[in-house]
Order: sequence, then structure tokens, then C-alpha cells
Amino acid sequence: MKTRRIAFLGLLIALAFVLSYVEFLLPLSIGIPGAKIGLANLVVMVALYTIGNKNAFLLSLVRVILVGLTFGNLAMMIYSMAGAMLSFLVMIIAKRTKLFSITGVSVLGGVFHNVGQILVAMFVLDTASLIYYLPFLIVIGTISGIVIGIISGMITARVGRLFDIK
Amino acid sequence: MKKNDLILIIVILALTAISVVGITVSRKMNKADVAYAVVTIDGNEYGRYPLDEDMVTTIELEDGSYNILEIHDGYAQISEASCRDQICVNHFPVHYSKEMIVCLPNRLIVEIVGGEENDVDGATN
Repeated sequence: MKTRRIAFLGLLIALAFVLSYVEFLLPLSIGIPGAKIGLANLVVMVALYTIGNKNAFLLSLVRVILVGLTFGNLAMMIYSMAGAMLSFLVMIIAKRTKLFSITGVSVLGGVFHNVGQILVAMFVLDTASLIYYLPFLIVIGTISGIVIGIISGMITARVGRLFDIK
Repeated sequence: MKKNDLILIIVILALTAISVVGITVSRKMNKADVAYAVVTIDGNEYGRYPLDEDMVTTIELEDGSYNILEIHDGYAQISEASCRDQICVNHFPVHYSKEMIVCLPNRLIVEIVGGEENDVDGATN
């Protein structure tokens, strides 16, 4: 049982890592720094709804460190760590309230990922005017959150049965 | 997708739209705060002239000496003066906040108040 869980977690980490790489290869260049599709969030969402909060948190943490060390730099790692942690916290709260389906949780995650990143960037770079980016990032986060939410809902419905490890 | 999800999405997008409108409006308001060329004679304010309208005015002093202040394209300069050294006339036109032209013989100062700051820390001619 435990081995199965570890194996599934490892599989998902690898998947999140690959999706981050894909996103790194195909950047969404619309002129707004920090705007991303957040493909890796897809895996985090699936994990959140299949292998539980604790494991999903581990997955998110390991993914950020791995991606930061491989494709980015320390600054990028700090930004995405802040975004990932804040969005994860919000997603867990949203999931626990049971008010939203997987799509709503994903939208909140996408939005707060950007909020966390911008807040840390404002703090690190000491520029308050970065907040002007926030509305655009929130819109992008919402759109990608909807898409990711729907897809992860579909995946969870299938994978959840295959890997019944709860 | 539940009904709550839709409400959430609409609320997020609405809040964002409101904040975008708010930012745009506040930026427009800040633009209303235009720069002035403030003329001071002997320590007393003589007048202030907005930099965004072109004009020429003659500032006459009690003893008969004068300076002609000219504003064009957002720049203020002294185009003519009765003083003997003509330093104020030769001074480059001022535009950025805190820049000033001084005419010592007439005890006249033209200073720019408000508006944009010069991004260049310093330069020599």
C-alpha cells in the first residue's frame, strides 16, 4: 500500500517535471513577465484529488526545487516557490470548504499562484508598480485555471479509479 | 463545474475589471497634476505658469529691469533680460521638476514645480 503510494508520487513528480520542461520550451510570450499556462499545476490538481493533501504538497515542493535547479535560477525558484505555496494553501482551503468543484479550486490556485509571485517580486525588487501587472496575470490565471481544472477533473475521474490508493 | 465555480470566476473577473478601471482613472487624475514654472522675485512668489500651454510674458521689476519668460513645448526659458551678464538667457530651457533658472541681478528665480523628474542623475555640458 505504502509502496504504491510512493511509486505514484514519484510518477507524478516526474510528470510535473516534464510538464514544466514543456512549458519552459514553449513560453507563452504575450509581453507580460511571469505569465504562464501553469501546466504543472495540472499534476498538482490531480494529486490533490487522488493521493491526498500531504502528498500533493510534497509533490509541489519537490517540483519547484527540481525545476528551479534545472531550468531556472535562485530568484526564479523563490518566485515560483512563493506562488506554489500560496496557491497550494488557497487550494487546500477551497477544497476543504467543499464550496467549489475541481474547476473552482484550480481557478483559485491559478490566480493565487500569480498573486504570490507578484507579492514576492514586489518585495524582492522593491517596486510597488509591479502591482499593475496583477490584473492581467489574474485574468490569465483564471483562464488557465478553468482549462486545467476541467482537464484535471477528467483525469481524476479516470486515474482515481486506476490508482485507488487513498 | 458547479454553480459556485461560475460565480467565483465571474467575481474574480469583475474585481479585476474594476481594479483595471480604477488604475486607469487614477493615472488620468495624476496627469491633471501638471508642472508649473514658478517665478520668484526677491523671495516672494510672483506668479506660476503651467508648462503645458505656450506663452510669453514680460516680468517687470520695480526698478525698471525686466525678464521675458517664454514657455513652449513644455520647456520654460528666459528669452530676454535687462541684466548685464545674461546668464539666465543662456541657461538651457528647463522642463523637469526642481530645475531652475536664476537671474541674480534681478533676484529672479524660475523654478519648475511638479511634473516629471529628470531621470538622469547628472550631466555636464
